[in-house]
Amino acid sequence: MKRTGLLLLVLCLIPSANFDAQSALWASTEVVEFSQQSLRQRYYQLIQELRCPKCQNQNLADSNAPISADMKAQIQRMLEDQKSDRQIKEHLVSRYSEFILYRPEVNQNTWFLWFAPVCFVLLGGLVIWRQYYSGRRSNRLQTQQPPQLSAEQRRRLSELLDPSEDKP
Amino acid sequence: MNRIALFVPLVLFVVLSLFLFKGLERDPAQLPSALVGEAFPVFALPDLLEERLLSTEDFPSQVVLVNIWATWCFACRIEHPMLNQLAAQGVNIIGLNYKDQTQQAQQWLQERGNPYLFNIVDQQGSLGFDLGVTGAPETYLIDAQGIIRQRRVGVLDQAVWDREFNDLYQQLLGESR
Repeated sequence: MKRTGLLLLVLCLIPSANFDAQSALWASTEVVEFSQQSLRQRYYQLIQELRCPKCQNQNLADSNAPISADMKAQIQRMLEDQKSDRQIKEHLVSRYSEFILYRPEVNQNTWFLWFAPVCFVLLGGLVIWRQYYSGRRSNRLQTQQPPQLSAEQRRRLSELLDPSEDKP
Repeated sequence: MNRIALFVPLVLFVVLSLFLFKGLERDPAQLPSALVGEAFPVFALPDLLEERLLSTEDFPSQVVLVNIWATWCFACRIEHPMLNQLAAQGVNIIGLNYKDQTQQAQQWLQERGNPYLFNIVDQQGSLGFDLGVTGAPETYLIDAQGIIRQRRVGVLDQAVWDREFNDLYQQLLGESR
């Protein structure tokens, strides 16, 4: 049982690890000059996390829309200006709205998005636990405690079970 | 109690279906604008037809439309007669010539008529970037105080004007008087 759980966990993690490696590969086909190597890494991280506002469901790394090119150039400029990732995102969000964040901030509009999955898992866990628990309890009731019969019921039972009273 | 609990999955299913069904009607290309309610961005860019530098100072203190257009934009051709018509009705329209070639843009205005008070030349798309422009055509409604009040991504036709702009435009016009 434990081993199966571990296996499931590993299986769940494989696609995400694979995805990261792949998108890094796509991104690295572009030639962008940076003064420091660390900026390049942050650049790739940002253009993978930010969404193209013109195209449906493509990140900036993946998109060749003119607006994505502008946004990538702006990100590059701001990185060279020693702006933080947060400042860059705020700069873009103030113009293109939260739509462009593939990983939205936790706020009034997005709390449900962030916390609903956890709530659903907890709720599901609760249901399973209750089912399991009540199932076990009723099992125990059945096996360990024989039903209590009244005197009338006993009499009727012995009547039914007594072969001498059978009338063919 | 138990019988009611049996209906929980059905209720959940109906709620989810309604939620998804409503999602079908939404146009995913229609983005919320981050700049509605904000001031028009500060800029200093050349005029398309005259030798001068334009800025927000040049905006008349009246309700104006800012229309983003370009000669490479096919939908702008369809939109242009509507802009001419609005200008004839007395609507102030400012053009933002977005990532275009100046000569072609000048020719375009000669051929199709010029509904604009003036045209801002944004060859690099820098003002477009500050406005959150994702392409052309786009139209913004700016009130007399220079605050962006409405945004339209795509062609502005009579139906869109009636539905999304006219009421607000009349209201702002009333306020500014």
